[in-house]
Amino acid sequence: MEQKLLRIQARALEEMAGAKSLEELNEIRVRYLGKKGELTGVLRGMGALSPEERPRIGQIANQVRDKIEEKLNDSTARLKDRIKREKLAAESLDITLPGTVFNLGRLHPLTVVTRRIEDIFLGLGFSIAEGPEVELDYYNFEALNLPKDHPARDMQDTFFITQEVLLRTHTSPVQVRTMERTAPALPVKIIAPGKVYRRDDDATHSPMFHQVEGLAVDRRITMADLRGVLQVFAEQMFGPETRTRFRPSYFPFTEPSAEVDISCVMCGGRGCRTCSHTGWLEILGCGMVHPRVLEMSGYNSGEVTGFAFGMGVERITMLKYGIDDLRLLFENDMRFLQQF
Amino acid sequence: MRVSLKWLREYVDITVPPQELAERLTLAGLAVEGVERPGEGIEKVYTGRILSIEPHPNADKLSICRVTLGSGEDFQIVTGAANVRAGHVVPVALEGARLAGGLVIRKARLRGVESRGMLCSGQELGLDTSVMPPDQAHGIMLLDPDLPLGMDIKEAIGLDDVILDLDLTPNRGDCMSMLGVAREVAVLLGQKLNLPETPVAGAGPGIEGLVRIDIEDPDLCGRYVARLFRNVKIGPSPSWMRERLRAAGIRPISNIVDITNYVMLEMGQPLHAFDYDTLKDGHIIVRRARRGEVLVSLDGNERKLAEDMLVIADPGGPVAVAGVMGGLATEVTENTATVLLESAHFNPVSIRRTSRALGLRSESSSRFEKGVDITGCRRAADRAARLLLDMAAGEAAPGAVDNYPGHASPRTVILRPERVEHVLGVAVPRGEVTGILAGLEFQVADSGGDLLVTVPGHRVDVSLEEDLIEEVARIYGYNRIPYTLPYGASTRGVRTSRQSLEVEVKDCLVALGLHEVVTYSFTSPSFTDRTLLPQDSPLRSLIRLQNPLSEEQSVMRTMILPGLLEVLSRNASRRVTDLAIFELGRVFLPSRTGPLPVEKPVLAAAAMGMSPAGWNRPGQPYDFYYLKGVLETLFDRVSLAEYTLERETQNSLFHPGKAARVTAGDWEIGVVGEIHPDILENYDLPHSAVAMEIDFRVLADLAGRPRKYRPLPRFPGVERDLALVVRKDVPARDIIGVIRKFGGRHLREVRLFDVYRGKQVKEGCQSMAFSLSFRADDRTLTDQEVSEQLAAVARALAGEFGAELRS
Repeated sequence: MEQKLLRIQARALEEMAGAKSLEELNEIRVRYLGKKGELTGVLRGMGALSPEERPRIGQIANQVRDKIEEKLNDSTARLKDRIKREKLAAESLDITLPGTVFNLGRLHPLTVVTRRIEDIFLGLGFSIAEGPEVELDYYNFEALNLPKDHPARDMQDTFFITQEVLLRTHTSPVQVRTMERTAPALPVKIIAPGKVYRRDDDATHSPMFHQVEGLAVDRRITMADLRGVLQVFAEQMFGPETRTRFRPSYFPFTEPSAEVDISCVMCGGRGCRTCSHTGWLEILGCGMVHPRVLEMSGYNSGEVTGFAFGMGVERITMLKYGIDDLRLLFENDMRFLQQF
Repeated sequence: MRVSLKWLREYVDITVPPQELAERLTLAGLAVEGVERPGEGIEKVYTGRILSIEPHPNADKLSICRVTLGSGEDFQIVTGAANVRAGHVVPVALEGARLAGGLVIRKARLRGVESRGMLCSGQELGLDTSVMPPDQAHGIMLLDPDLPLGMDIKEAIGLDDVILDLDLTPNRGDCMSMLGVAREVAVLLGQKLNLPETPVAGAGPGIEGLVRIDIEDPDLCGRYVARLFRNVKIGPSPSWMRERLRAAGIRPISNIVDITNYVMLEMGQPLHAFDYDTLKDGHIIVRRARRGEVLVSLDGNERKLAEDMLVIADPGGPVAVAGVMGGLATEVTENTATVLLESAHFNPVSIRRTSRALGLRSESSSRFEKGVDITGCRRAADRAARLLLDMAAGEAAPGAVDNYPGHASPRTVILRPERVEHVLGVAVPRGEVTGILAGLEFQVADSGGDLLVTVPGHRVDVSLEEDLIEEVARIYGYNRIPYTLPYGASTRGVRTSRQSLEVEVKDCLVALGLHEVVTYSFTSPSFTDRTLLPQDSPLRSLIRLQNPLSEEQSVMRTMILPGLLEVLSRNASRRVTDLAIFELGRVFLPSRTGPLPVEKPVLAAAAMGMSPAGWNRPGQPYDFYYLKGVLETLFDRVSLAEYTLERETQNSLFHPGKAARVTAGDWEIGVVGEIHPDILENYDLPHSAVAMEIDFRVLADLAGRPRKYRPLPRFPGVERDLALVVRKDVPARDIIGVIRKFGGRHLREVRLFDVYRGKQVKEGCQSMAFSLSFRADDRTLTDQEVSEQLAAVARALAGEFGAELRS
């Protein structure tokens, strides 16, 4: 009997080792451990044994059953594992096929840059003012200390609609409109982005372009504040290593006036083609609001001072993206617009 | 303004290298655009005298010259130029010499004759050929015969110079002169300014009685100084003067004319020389032109004069347009013996108007219109006389006629030292303030408190305290001013709700796959016809530019869509035929209430072709429903819920069967649809396109209803599908309306998920499949309840539209 049990065990183990599928293992389980299985059959014959033999053989039979079960479970787990691995191996994708195409549009680069400029100044406590693009001569020139026949009117070739109505040549009229509306309340801190127009059309001039104007008026605004604000702007717009340089200049609506250069974004100031080997790039004009402009707009120039600046969005956009032809910005060629 | 450093050194010591000087001037407000070294690259070119010239035996157009450089050795040089003769002194480039273009000279044989170098033209020496006689520019340059031989050519003709090209701002007319620039340099470098010699030894009878000056319009002419030159010998001016004029970009003409130009360049005072004998009675009348008067100007053109133009006249009529251009009849010629020299001051605005009206800008007018120093007229006239004597070109009659109705005491401005700090944000020491101003020739009276500053005559741009502060700041150095941030009440930097909406709308459209474009606000008036606008359309009331650059940009747009169609068309012509674009901008409509037009913000979009396809997903056609979906999604995004679409058949831009008007109550929001085939043709579009235009003001007014949270459902809903066959002409909106009406209070959502028209559906009908969701807030609905409700819906649809349920 004992011999028989051990033979069953040996045979079952051998068959299990050769099993190739879960089905085969299941058949082995049924064949040996099932209700009609071999081991079950042997155990049924235990009744014929002597009472002394019965516990010993019973113990052996249990051991054999446990052994076979353990082995069966073991083999099943290993086989399942192998099958899973084979399945995963067979399932692999070509991960180099392109992903699903999502159709995202793009903002125009001028909008991207304008928003960036706006966000920087919003963070500095400036709000955003707007004004008409078709303007009165008064706001575009006279109230900015540019009376008729002023030679500085030549600096801005103007599109006229009537003698008194024109396309604004800069965003500066928004300064005047804002001050007129606000005076005598303080402080005034605005930027004014928008379209402007000049009678110029070549590789470096577009008859329509964009500016962002800035204005701060308060009791104690100084040129040092102007330098500080523009330095913060330059660092945030062009990177923390950017330096600014002020050069005296002339605008009828500011006194003192300055043009501001930043260290060249291409070469960092060492000199390259972009900066004509000077290391500097001009990006904006600015100054302290001319006392006459303050007075005409309703402020007492003895009590308040202000600074103003104006920058060209196209220029900054071209610098930022390395665009070498201004006209691309207005051609709206998809192959261009998709790059931003 | 071109500034020769060689010349400038006559007035001030330049103690720094040219590049540094350029930098210092730029940072003081005189922007140096370029630093030129005219002789750069020229090597081993010397002055030489031609000893003899013989024709070349084998070539008609060549000659063989023997040339000496004064060293005893003669050189044989073959030349093709026709303007040289024996005895001429010319630039000689010997073997190994280098010319302006980088050309290196080698020994050569020309048609069998050896040539040991070449004779040079002005062009080959890099000179500005526009200020030279053509035969010397392109033929051989003829030099001053008195020049020593063997001299380096750069030294001989003043090419050993550095030219600063100044880009002056319009307020700095004072720096349109060598002395003006020298004054700035002197202050910046801490050097002394040396003024040129002006004392004159007169000869012969005095000017009194020979010249009479009457200023009839003193508002336009504040001063007129005249001097008389006698026994004038017209001829070329000395080479040093010609070199300086050329370096400044002015063509030498004759000694008298050159003197007037030289003094103008030196002192900034334009002068004019009349041939005295051509002036009637030696009598100058400064007056406005009379109606119908004409003048033949120096350039030979007849100029019609207007009554507001100031002229210089004699009793016979105008002889010059004051400050702008002289007249041909009184000009100095080679026969002139006596010269009347004018040194005057004219009203800047008048000069500017006149020069604009005549289309004449001269070196003279560009100085007068920026304002010249009225106190310097006499000095300039004397300087011219002094040069005349120094050059032995004639004699100066003693004295001058000086008619000076505009005489005024100098301007004084009070400068408060604390105001300097208040404006600049830095305390400039008092001594430095007074030092800077004094260096710029302001007189400063400092009695311990405020400074009393007297403005020198040449600084016509300074009249306010702020002007003085700028003078102090620019010399002190803008870049020494510290960086601070504004002090005071804090301000809120936020976008208005309207500005935020713009951001939101653009971001939404971009997320939906549209590209933003920016087109010009002005356009061709032809867009009204190209879009077939009805003749009475208000969009045909165009705002027109008086002075457009072209007809294509001559009116302000009243719609944005035509611009977008042009973008589609332009891209199509570049073979990009799949695109979806939008623009948010203003259109310009005439106003009945004020001088300025109404600027209406408009959102427009257009698309054609398909969205990009991938290998696992097809592209989506840009059709009516695409753009309608964009509109619906956008409106949902900006919380605009209450709006309706009505069929639009009247808009000339759109296909009458495929367009919709978008309204909300009485508000017209906009229009969306497929572009009319006629318009497609007018814009040369290859296939169908869709577009919409939305009034952004209305959108802004209606958008932004606050969103409120609704609790999440606690009980599950039930979804049922409903498939119908219904006539094609029944609008989906009507069917959905009936479904909602009869769906009962638990019907939450109706979604159309399929529309089929084809063979399986009977003629004239279509199959539509809806998904209906039912849900109660307080319990789970039973199947039976939902089925009953669905049956009610089906009955109603059958009754209303004859719809058949499909299984």
